[in-house]
Amino acid sequence: VKTPQRPLFLARQSYRRRRAADASRFLPVVGVFLILLPLLRGSGGTAGLLAYLFVIWILLIVLAALLSGRLSRALSLPDTHEEDDPS
Amino acid sequence: VIPFNLLVAVCLGYVVFLFGIAFVAERRAMKGRLGWLRSPWIYTLSLSVYCTAWTFYGAVGYAARSGLEYLTIYLGPTLVLVGWWWLLRKLVRIGRTQRITSIADLISSRYGKSNTLGAIVTILAVVGTTPYIALQLQSVTLSFAVFAQSDLRPWAAADLNSTALWVAAGLSVFTVLFGTRNLDANERHHGVVTAIAVEALVKLVALLAVGIFVVWGIAGGLSGIAEMIAESPISQTDFNGGRWAGITFLSAAAVITLPRMFQVLVVENSDERHLAVASWAFPLYLCLMSVFVVPIAVVGLDTQPAGANPDLFVLTVPLSANSEGLATLAFLGGFSSATSMVIVAAIALSTMVSNHIVMPVWLRLTGAGAMVSGDVRHILITARRVSIAAILALGYLYFRLTGGSEALASIGLISFTGVAQVLPALLGGIFWRGATKRGAVIGVSIGFFIWAYTLFLPSFGPGGLMSPDLLTFGPLGIEWLRPHGLFGITGLDPLLHAMFWSLSLNALAFFAISMFGFPSPLERLQGAQFVNVFEHSAGARGWVQGVVEAEDLLMMSQRILGAEKAQTLFQQEAAAQGKMGYLPDTTALFLEQLERELAGSVGAATSHAMVGQIVGRSSVSVEDLMAVADETAQIMEYSTRLEAQSEELTRTARQLREANEKLTELSVQKDAFLSQISHELRTPMTTIRSFSEILMTPDTTTPQERKKFLGVIQDEAIRLTRLLDDLLDLAVLENGQVAMQAQPGNLGDLLDRAVMTAGASSAADDDTLTIQRSGGAENVALITDTDRLSQVFINLISNARKYCDAPDPVLSISTRRTQGRVEVDFIDNGSGIPKRAQAIIFEKFSRVSDGHAAGGAGLGLAICREIMENLGGHISYLPGQGGAAFRVVLPATAVQAG
Repeated sequence: VKTPQRPLFLARQSYRRRRAADASRFLPVVGVFLILLPLLRGSGGTAGLLAYLFVIWILLIVLAALLSGRLSRALSLPDTHEEDDPS
Repeated sequence: VIPFNLLVAVCLGYVVFLFGIAFVAERRAMKGRLGWLRSPWIYTLSLSVYCTAWTFYGAVGYAARSGLEYLTIYLGPTLVLVGWWWLLRKLVRIGRTQRITSIADLISSRYGKSNTLGAIVTILAVVGTTPYIALQLQSVTLSFAVFAQSDLRPWAAADLNSTALWVAAGLSVFTVLFGTRNLDANERHHGVVTAIAVEALVKLVALLAVGIFVVWGIAGGLSGIAEMIAESPISQTDFNGGRWAGITFLSAAAVITLPRMFQVLVVENSDERHLAVASWAFPLYLCLMSVFVVPIAVVGLDTQPAGANPDLFVLTVPLSANSEGLATLAFLGGFSSATSMVIVAAIALSTMVSNHIVMPVWLRLTGAGAMVSGDVRHILITARRVSIAAILALGYLYFRLTGGSEALASIGLISFTGVAQVLPALLGGIFWRGATKRGAVIGVSIGFFIWAYTLFLPSFGPGGLMSPDLLTFGPLGIEWLRPHGLFGITGLDPLLHAMFWSLSLNALAFFAISMFGFPSPLERLQGAQFVNVFEHSAGARGWVQGVVEAEDLLMMSQRILGAEKAQTLFQQEAAAQGKMGYLPDTTALFLEQLERELAGSVGAATSHAMVGQIVGRSSVSVEDLMAVADETAQIMEYSTRLEAQSEELTRTARQLREANEKLTELSVQKDAFLSQISHELRTPMTTIRSFSEILMTPDTTTPQERKKFLGVIQDEAIRLTRLLDDLLDLAVLENGQVAMQAQPGNLGDLLDRAVMTAGASSAADDDTLTIQRSGGAENVALITDTDRLSQVFINLISNARKYCDAPDPVLSISTRRTQGRVEVDFIDNGSGIPKRAQAIIFEKFSRVSDGHAAGGAGLGLAICREIMENLGGHISYLPGQGGAAFRVVLPATAVQAG
């Protein structure tokens, strides 16, 4: 029985799209790290911490916005077996 | 000071406005003019039901009490949203392909459409959400009270209670009107969602306005507020690392497990791409909602009298600064936050209650009820409406029981921890195929129990539902079972303690029991469907074809979907099967489709049970699975065979086409040959006839002339004979009839004789051809038909003699032995043979130069080729040698060893 052959390597465009999806999966990890970082600090000013938290918040939002455009286009394309595909 | 009655009027006006929005949106949707109703912005704004009155009033109170910890409630969802590609997209895809109606439906459907699980999750959700609804009633009531206090007389408890009752009643009416309009939960509630989006804007604008007023109106700009923050008690609050991490996790879990969040995130989602926008826009919304919380808290603590409720700073700070307009706006914002949460939660919970509790009970009570005629829809709708009212009544009851004394934040977190018990079963269900129903049931139950014991029941306070003795000394005095110190761990904050034990034991039980259990076939099918949702979006094959009456199915479907929709569905299926009328064959595929269609209204478990009542068996067996697998294997084998056959056919067709081409070519060649031959024969015949006619008239010729004419006639006759000889020779050679007489000979001798013969046969006067030979290399002993080989050599040499057009023609004959074979090259220094002619020079009657200049019929090279083929060698034209060049190759068999 023939099994459909998937390509071993991807075209540049699909490759970029996969990496965007990877980045989207990795972003929460970065977020957890940044959010838990204050746990390591000793005692400091509340105002400084407040500013830090809002800065990383905005950073996460901006990164998510950058990724969302690319991933949104990927969703418009026909479905691919993305879970265990070549990268 | 705003008169209280005016405030009530504004509030009612706002409610009427919301009704109008919902009504218009519903009308547009019914007309099919969806347009902006399906925009990603409406979707994103509808997610803001996450921000309830708890956010609007409670966040400020939270900040005033515990500093920055309030931010964790919004950072957790941010993490989930920015990682949407991993989790939310999968949930939304599963929700759409399986037509999921609620989080209870998702869990029940994943674990083999289990009713037990659906009911457990529903009860958990109702118990977990009730305090939350009470919280909303409480905050609306308190905000009314603030205005009433500033009006004439302070409110008594009775006033608070009646306000809460009125609010609850009003909300039930709104939710029933717009939330139970259509039965199919998959059909989006456009009216409700649009109204909620408007409320989302109102609460955002209100909170931002209060924040801007506080910072620039009271604190005197950014530097002023920074100073106030530094001086305020908030800066002195401890930063509790355990709670920081724990609540971040809890709120991340809550954003997917809260029934209302699941409703807006998954069930109301109409397009996966909306998630992409929400992934950054919703965190931005949360960020904007929390940006002014600390300033408001700081200013509130500074300006309000000691002992003022910090949960109401959003209202009391503008009020005490005498800006009534702003206070009214803030009031509307808080009202919006509370109402939107209650409406969506009530819709989500009523769907769950009617699908997972009322319908199964009703099915059981009525026995074989699925086949009874009559409309089930009114039962379902009634169940939903009653559920909505009951849920709000429960919320009101909780509000009365707790006396509205709890701080808003702690109620919210109790609720979060409760619904988070679904998380292990949910994540395990969509990422792990090995998760089993038994594991999920036991895990969720354990989590539910521990949560109730350690957090929910104690939340009513000592002497509420648990005696103070039990809280301090444990049940029956067993210390390690104390609700706030399970297994002797007493150092933890009660919330963290409850969260730690409930979720860890829940996950452990879920995992361990799944590991050692063996799921039923339907569970395994659904598991594969959920985990690999991106690979195959086809549904599980739950049914095998049986003797099912399509009529019974139609009867049942009409009762759930409505007559028109059900008939259309059946008619379409019948048409697809090529049948007339409304009754298609009840194939497995059709049953599956029907079941899913029904699941959109009553949930997967109930729909499965109802179809099962008629089909006669409510789950698949291993035999059915094997039958399906076997069928698949057969189809695959059959298609492989077909493929092989088709390949063979293609091959045969190609061969036939080639044979046909060859035949056509041969036929053309034959025609050409015939016309050539008649032409070649006719020319000498014409000459002979005309000269013999002259000779027949005796007086006109002299004896000399006569002799000359006879000579011509003889020459032509000889030519004719030679032509016929050649033709005969060729025919014999071509048919392979000639027997080659092998005899020993020497290549050098043969070439000598050929050069001599060719020289003799040519006209002596223009014989200027110089022949160069390769001497010793020619000394090769051969066993072959030497006469035939000489014939080839003679032909090649005389060709050179005839056609070489150089002023000093030179023919070099070089001999070489390679790999046992002998190659003899005949190369002259003429202009050679043009490229287009090279391919045809070995064909019969092919002549490079036109006319009869050299007197050949164009058969020489054809004969050479035939001879060489017969001798086992070959002759070919050798391009690129400066002149005409031919290579004669003698096979190894012809070369005598030594």
